[in-house]
Amino acid sequence: MFGWEFPPHILGGLGTASYGLTKGMWENGDMDITFVIPKPWGDEPKDFAKIIGANSTPVAWRDVNWDYVQSRIGDVMDPQLYFNLRDHIYGDFNYMSTNDLGCIEFSGRYPENLLEEINNYSIVAGVIARTVDCDVIHSHDWLTYPAGIHAKQVTGKPLVIHVHATDFDRSRGNVNPTVFSIEKDGMNNADHIITVSNLTRRTVIEKYGISPDKVTTVHNAVEPLNEELLNLEAPPGKTSKVITFLGRITMQKGPEYFVEAAAQVLHKVNNAQFVMAGSGDMMDKMIRLAAKRDIADRFHFTGFLKGKQVYEMLAASDVYIMPSVSEPFGISPLEAMQMGVPSIISKQSGCAEILDNVIKIDYWDTNAMADAIYSIIKYPAMFNELREQGLAEVNQITWDKAGAKVINIYRNLINR
Amino acid sequence: MKAICFYFQIHQPFRLKHYRFFDIGNDHYYYDDFADDDIITRIAQRSYLPANEMLLDMIKQNGKKFKVAFSISGTALEQLEQYVPEFIDSMKELAATGCVEFLSETYAHSLSSLYDPDEFVAQVKAHDAKIFQLFGQKPKVFRNTELIYDDDVASMVYAMGFKAAITADAKHVLGWRSPNFLYSSASAPKLKLLLKNGKLSDDISFRFSNPEWASYPLTADKYINWINELPQEEQLINLFMNYDAFGELQPRESGIFEFMKALPRFAAEHDIQFWTPSEVVSKFKPVAELAVPYPMSWTDEARDTSAWLGNTLQQEAVHKLYSIGERVRLCTDRRIKQDWNYLQASDHFFYMSTKHNDDGSVHSHYSPYDSPYTAFTNYMNVLSDFMTRVEEQYPTSIDNEELNSLLLTIRNQEQEIERLHREVEMMRNNIVQDTTGDFPIDEPEPAPVQKEKPEPEPEKKPAPKKKAPAKKPAAKKAPAKKAEPKKPAAKKTPAKK
Repeated sequence: MFGWEFPPHILGGLGTASYGLTKGMWENGDMDITFVIPKPWGDEPKDFAKIIGANSTPVAWRDVNWDYVQSRIGDVMDPQLYFNLRDHIYGDFNYMSTNDLGCIEFSGRYPENLLEEINNYSIVAGVIARTVDCDVIHSHDWLTYPAGIHAKQVTGKPLVIHVHATDFDRSRGNVNPTVFSIEKDGMNNADHIITVSNLTRRTVIEKYGISPDKVTTVHNAVEPLNEELLNLEAPPGKTSKVITFLGRITMQKGPEYFVEAAAQVLHKVNNAQFVMAGSGDMMDKMIRLAAKRDIADRFHFTGFLKGKQVYEMLAASDVYIMPSVSEPFGISPLEAMQMGVPSIISKQSGCAEILDNVIKIDYWDTNAMADAIYSIIKYPAMFNELREQGLAEVNQITWDKAGAKVINIYRNLINR
Repeated sequence: MKAICFYFQIHQPFRLKHYRFFDIGNDHYYYDDFADDDIITRIAQRSYLPANEMLLDMIKQNGKKFKVAFSISGTALEQLEQYVPEFIDSMKELAATGCVEFLSETYAHSLSSLYDPDEFVAQVKAHDAKIFQLFGQKPKVFRNTELIYDDDVASMVYAMGFKAAITADAKHVLGWRSPNFLYSSASAPKLKLLLKNGKLSDDISFRFSNPEWASYPLTADKYINWINELPQEEQLINLFMNYDAFGELQPRESGIFEFMKALPRFAAEHDIQFWTPSEVVSKFKPVAELAVPYPMSWTDEARDTSAWLGNTLQQEAVHKLYSIGERVRLCTDRRIKQDWNYLQASDHFFYMSTKHNDDGSVHSHYSPYDSPYTAFTNYMNVLSDFMTRVEEQYPTSIDNEELNSLLLTIRNQEQEIERLHREVEMMRNNIVQDTTGDFPIDEPEPAPVQKEKPEPEPEKKPAPKKKAPAKKPAAKKAPAKKAEPKKPAAKKTPAKK
């Protein structure tokens, strides 16, 4: 498997989903998974997948001894693997900037020179494909499509690409032609395409012109939360109802609709507070909008939340809203439901396809959004029903089921 | 000899319009008249009117041997009167044949039997009055909303003087027993029970036109044979269904009307008769008592009340609604009374059902909402507004008992004042006419009081405004003594609000 992110060092939903799926497949048994990421930190869980770092895979021969390798990258990789990989260098990449081990440096993030990093990743993939024996190649999201294609050319094994998002989701239609061509190239070369929702599946078929029989939807799932997070409680002395938006404050997530709905509710209800948690390029605009609607006193911005903070925020919330304009899947409402927070999601999100016990609205329908908020904070039965039914529902959405579906797709490919 | 007892249900609720939380306190009109008009007119044209025609034909052709019973909710009657008056006329024509019996039920097709006995009695009376006004019949057999029934309902129904009640054939109550007998209630042994034959009823109303059904196509011949082949001692076949089974659930082109028309001919061949529920009760003897500790109904596989009260949304809404029942009954405002009726329709709670299985899919089929949560939100917004209106009439700070006694005092005083007023008039007339000097003592007595009164009067005036004109003449005149001490007490408290 080729991925870009892996917990605990994640930047978005991609890492969580890659991790969950890998673990879910492992739970189905009889799977030997190698997961390649650009830059491992050493604290990744290794019990169900072997992690290979692209930044510790040599592409140029360096004469180094065992102890030196052990001291340099022993925390992220078995030195023996380094030597195995070194035996499979297939070209002279000395013209590239490599380090003392003959490896290319990766940031593992989304830097300015992202396209260059993607290309380097693909070069490294060639070495790994020659070293590690596999039956199926699985690429997560467009960053790793070129690597997947390269590996397929080297090994002749079937390539599965996993579409977590397309550029149509990220850009509300203003597609970046370079990204589009990488995505399209990946889809054309793939033997099978997995999408995270039917919504994304339609995008892949309609916008990228892919044959429908090559595209299958496998909905994402959630990892059960641990006791510590589940037992988080709302801060004492909380008197008003808290309605929360949690996510990047960008065009894709529809933050302005949240502010408009908040304005409607706040003009009618006194004991409510709205929280916009996260950061993004539209944050300043949202602050101005809240001020313009005259609700700034009860509309709060927290900035970017990470790790446990997210769950603390959810524990203090009475309503969770995801008004995304276009969301390939959207894992966060499921997390809110796990924390027992009633959720309102847009019909334009992929997760709306599998959730029943949430309120679904059109992202632009701020009236319906306000109505739903009002109902949940005003009528206890509404809150309780959504909370309990939501919990019961989300606990059924597990990764092993998604993993089984993916394994099934593999089987069909291998036996073809 | 066997008897078929047909009974048809007609009900339409007043559907709520999209009512936003901004409307609470501003907009007091709750109904989607367009949808109501649209739906009732469509169903009437496709089903009710042609079906009535069919029944009329059948009654005429079979020399009044064909009989049926109807249960029409008050809200449906109101809508029909308003939007499809020709249906009422056609129903009157049917009623005039003497072959149609009208059954009693709650006016609003409500769940009051489970929550509010006083409301239940009031609604049944209101419904029966409406039936009498339109069709000149006093219902003798009771049928509760969606055939909801338990022992408590039986006692209430019996206490109201009904001979029999109609209910469903829930497996968990009947067990091995057959619904094809007349039963009696365990809690009120004199109340007879007619149980729906679920299989044979649903064959007509749900399966008739289904080509995947093993017995498709169903013919009158075949159907009557099934009935005839039932064991000898099972003499009573109760076929209960929604009236829109004819023409709506089973479309006209499925041949449902022809099927019905052919039934009496084949029935006659096997000496199977058609009786109304009242006839059944007078001609059969109950074979056993049925104890029903928990409410049952004719809806869903479980045949219980979970379709209306299955989840916390529904329970909350129903509890909130009936929590103000007593208060509403004290109100005299006609619009409040009307809204109160319409809001009780069981349909509103049916829309909130969250049963996601096959069984529950029928819920979303009938629902004007896209999800049970929207149904709940809309209903609760309306109910909030309704409750504030009731609150405006009588504040909740006074409890019902106190309010009741205050209202009673006011009413008694009104009567008392009225009576005294008349007495004064009479006496005044006497004084004018008195030339004989027979009543010399009367005059000095009122005189001193008359002088005292005008002084305190202006002080009291600003507080009680409503009743002031009625009281003035009494206060001025002498014999107002009795009423006077009570008056301030009675008036001060309501004035506080």
